[in-house]
Amino acid sequence: MAENRKKLLELYRQMVTVRQFETMAGEYFAAGKIPGFIHLSIGQEASSVGVCSCLRPDDYVITTHRGHGHMIAKGADLKRMVAELFGKKDGYCKGKGGSMHIADYSIGILGANGVVAGGLPIITGAGLSIKMRKTDQVAVCFFGDGATNRGPVHEAMNMASIWKLPILFVVENNQWASTTPLEYACSVEDLYVRAAGYNIPGEQVDGNDILAVQKAAEKAVIRARAGEGPTFIENKTYRIKGHYEGDPQKYRTDSEIKKWQDKKDPINRFSRVLFKKRVLSKKIVDQIWSEVQTALNEAITFAENSPFPQPEDAMADLYINS
Amino acid sequence: MTDRIISSSAALAEALHEEMQRDETIFIMGEDLVSHAGVFGQFKGLPEHFPGRIIDTPISEACIAGCGVGAALTGMRPIVDFHFSDFVTCGMDELCNQAAKIRYMSGGQVKLPVVFWCPDGAGLRAAAQHSQSLESWFVHMPGLKVVVPSEPSDVKGLIKSAVRDDNPVMFFQHKKLFAREGPVSEDDYLIPLGRAAVKKEGKDVTLLCYGAGYYLCEEAAEKLAGEKIDAEIVDLRTLKPLDMETIAASIAKTHRAVIVHEACLTGGFGAELAARIQDELFDELDAPVKRVGARDVPIPFSPAMEDFVLPRADDVAAAVHAVTYR
Ligand SMILES: Cc1ncc(C[n+]2csc(CCOP(=O)(O)OP(=O)(O)O)c2C)c(N)n1
Repeated sequence: MAENRKKLLELYRQMVTVRQFETMAGEYFAAGKIPGFIHLSIGQEASSVGVCSCLRPDDYVITTHRGHGHMIAKGADLKRMVAELFGKKDGYCKGKGGSMHIADYSIGILGANGVVAGGLPIITGAGLSIKMRKTDQVAVCFFGDGATNRGPVHEAMNMASIWKLPILFVVENNQWASTTPLEYACSVEDLYVRAAGYNIPGEQVDGNDILAVQKAAEKAVIRARAGEGPTFIENKTYRIKGHYEGDPQKYRTDSEIKKWQDKKDPINRFSRVLFKKRVLSKKIVDQIWSEVQTALNEAITFAENSPFPQPEDAMADLYINS
Repeated sequence: MTDRIISSSAALAEALHEEMQRDETIFIMGEDLVSHAGVFGQFKGLPEHFPGRIIDTPISEACIAGCGVGAALTGMRPIVDFHFSDFVTCGMDELCNQAAKIRYMSGGQVKLPVVFWCPDGAGLRAAAQHSQSLESWFVHMPGLKVVVPSEPSDVKGLIKSAVRDDNPVMFFQHKKLFAREGPVSEDDYLIPLGRAAVKKEGKDVTLLCYGAGYYLCEEAAEKLAGEKIDAEIVDLRTLKPLDMETIAASIAKTHRAVIVHEACLTGGFGAELAARIQDELFDELDAPVKRVGARDVPIPFSPAMEDFVLPRADDVAAAVHAVTYR
């Protein structure tokens, strides 16, 4: 019971961390501290945290342009993440990647991707490697609803299926691909049905219910570790912020966004559950949010104190001199 | 008749408006076009004026490019928007094995009037997968034409010619130049593909450039003028077909050439052009041809590194000093 309570609180803390991180990123972007463009995952925290909570440190994850949450949930260091967003030398990629390419290969993140669906063939290779090396690791690829319309997704699902690779295909169906709604761009309303065409079990999950996400992912992980093959999970959720920060969002209404806030917000929903179970109290909530804020403040200070890379550093890291 | 000062984006939209009005078979397809008139607002006004002829697609570059081919084969004149030129990689078969070769393989049975519109270039801190200049890949592909305009007036005249051309055309516009303004005539004018423009006359050195490289040359030429070096700027505008006549005339006058592009140096268009100059104009040259381009790395995210990688006007000036021995 106490063990369970601890785990639940940890899930809550992780979701809050993702939320606070994204909120901070939005603010620092608006203030001109973050160059380029960033894509935030506010409203989708149950998916990243729920899935990654089922993974071991040696499991693999590939993320997307909207990948901060997956990084944090897989155990990335906030300091080096913020430093990368700022383009600093102590960032995960020494300032070479930025938001869209943050990755920590030491914790099994096999890259974030600026190319939509770019991760799916790569995760298939990771799955093949696991099978050939005969370990019981699993490989997870996150992608968006829009990505499911690209060919590589379908090639990956087919190959993963014929070779029974230990893969979780996790589509975060936030219902929008940039300015394009799912109902326009996808031939099906429910994306999980696409898995059937590849003989992969597919499941649609209430993606704003972290325990439901966790349950589905747990089942898929067990199946993968047992060598029974891939699973396709559709986490149905909603993107609260614009596609990118600064997106004019002419394609949707405020009232549509509002419908997914407050009551449907994944953190609020989970906290209601935890209050009922008496795992959370007002005091613990305040404590967690303030501890997360403290950790984030430390990360920001670290990033601000980190130097920018030297211009010539641009020439390093292309090839290995072996 | 009259020139107005408008942006590259506005010049593009105006030209396409005129063309779409003129020819009902022209349509534009690509991702996220209708609600914001293109990701860069480059098709402003077109979705309202031509409903059903600006088509939003799923994220499916291979099929979007292939649709361009198929529609062109069957009587339409599609313009395919690649969203970011970096994603041409996702439609490479359709571009290189299909569009470029179909007419030839069929013994000339068909025409393929399709424009692949690709916003390219760096400088937006968009990192390695959203910043490339890939035009030279397509110059290496017989069957494709390659257009890279710089100023708004070129954009208007060239896109109109590209749309009217019966061959597949790769049309690259630098993202950072969309907002850049310049004089554009209200007239319905064409700039033929394969005609370069002498944008500034000079006698000491020829600067051969295109796209964003043009503005580097403009800046460098101004600086060089202060040192009494009189540079001639030849904006190539189309890389394939290439206007060797204008290039030759300029080099015959200046006897020195510097080639400038934003794409990375190795295997860039400058390599092809330098080879042709030494082959065809060797006797005219008083110095080896110099090239200026980006350093040979992917585009890094952090600003100081990105700026370091990209060519600057100072690099152009330095190359000019080298070929003029001053
Ligand atoms: C191959 C490719 N095409 C287009 C883009 C431009 N783009 C970036 S994100 C995006 C929308 C992606 O939608 P989705 O897969 O649903 O993910 P979400 O942004 O909703 O998380 C598009 C079109 C890209 N990065 N890569």
